[in-house]
Amino acid sequence: MKVTLKIWRQSGNDKKGQFVEYKLDNVKKEMSFLEMLDVLNEQLIQKKEQPVAFEHDCREGICGTCNMVINGFPHGPQQGTTTCQLHMRHFKDGDTIWIEPFRAKAFPIIRDLVVDRAAFDRIIQAGGYVSVNTGQAQDANAIPIQKEIVSEAFDAAACIGCGACVAACPNASAMLFVSAKVSHLSMLPQGKVEAKKRAQAMVKQMDEEGFGRCSNVTACEAECPKGISVANIARLNREYLGSVFTSEVNA
Amino acid sequence: MQGLADGYFVIPYTIGNFLANEIRTSSINTSLPEFEQAENEVRDRINKLLSVKGNQSVESFHRRLGKIMWDYCGMSRNADGLSKARKMIQALREEFYRDVFVPGTDKEYNPEVEKALRVADFIELGELMCVDALTRNESCGGHFREEYQEEGGEAKRDDENYAFVSAWQFNGMDSDPILHKEELIFENVELKTRSYK
Repeated sequence: MKVTLKIWRQSGNDKKGQFVEYKLDNVKKEMSFLEMLDVLNEQLIQKKEQPVAFEHDCREGICGTCNMVINGFPHGPQQGTTTCQLHMRHFKDGDTIWIEPFRAKAFPIIRDLVVDRAAFDRIIQAGGYVSVNTGQAQDANAIPIQKEIVSEAFDAAACIGCGACVAACPNASAMLFVSAKVSHLSMLPQGKVEAKKRAQAMVKQMDEEGFGRCSNVTACEAECPKGISVANIARLNREYLGSVFTSEVNA
Repeated sequence: MQGLADGYFVIPYTIGNFLANEIRTSSINTSLPEFEQAENEVRDRINKLLSVKGNQSVESFHRRLGKIMWDYCGMSRNADGLSKARKMIQALREEFYRDVFVPGTDKEYNPEVEKALRVADFIELGELMCVDALTRNESCGGHFREEYQEEGGEAKRDDENYAFVSAWQFNGMDSDPILHKEELIFENVELKTRSYK
């Protein structure tokens, strides 16, 4: 199949970017979206041109690096998948496909489709952990936890930290990401100990990074490749408010 | 493949313990001769790759290497194929450093430089895998040397001569690597032939 690509090219965050058009006429419908970009890059290299920079690692939907906005949708129009899980059979012969980076003040552009998502790392460093001694992981069945709670915590833990929620949000808010991490940890006994400190620290870091406020648009849930629910945002709000009014000592 | 590579499972447990002991070590000064030497070596490697300015992409070399490994150094291999593969990889390496094209510079975000460094490593490692397989005259682990099989086609191990782990020392790009044997000594179990029958 043939496709026309309109790809955002930008050599750095302080440089001017623009859409550049490329035509590909040897695309197979079995290719993943990233494989299609591999084909494009191979052609560009053959012509001694600079290939399109894009991030990728696992190519099986778990690493959260293959971030791009495809035809206006983070990770493309398909629901519940990352870019690497999107295949060319979902496009038609002759389609024009627009490809842009995730756009948010807190995600500066490194090059073309690659953005710096270190802000997420700093939020995790602020509180997205449980303090335990190092060594062998505890046996999974050693602490009995209700099935409903385990499942809910696991659903929140499915967040791969890709940042599609930020890209989808008109305010570039990181609430879905932060709420998924806070929920996943605070629902489990291991994470309850530091729950209040965590909610405070992660929200503070989120604000410092320059992410926008949540105004309940819920586009984040619609675009999340892992189907993280906005119910987590409600839980984060409750955790955060609770932590303001009660101290860690009384918990 | 990740499942077969032990490091994937072992590292998460060992690295935590290692780092726990280093937690009070402050950041290490980079103005040390060792750091400078390592930095210069990496810079030289990068400049070497960028200065080739040939006609073939890094990706094309990676694919050709993969095909050689797939054909001759897969789960089932034999001495003829492995010797042939080694020669093919040596020729590929020579071609790589003569005709690879790495776009851009080292002063920018450049994934092609990173890929070129990796593929250069893969070429060396691919050859080493063939060398290693050639020295092991038995069928062991997940790998089947066609010359060494039981009558029914089962893998034939040789514990008398090959009960060791091969640790290879790099000895320059054009010299044979040096073998260090790490003997496998079993105190509480005896070695037996594995049978799935």
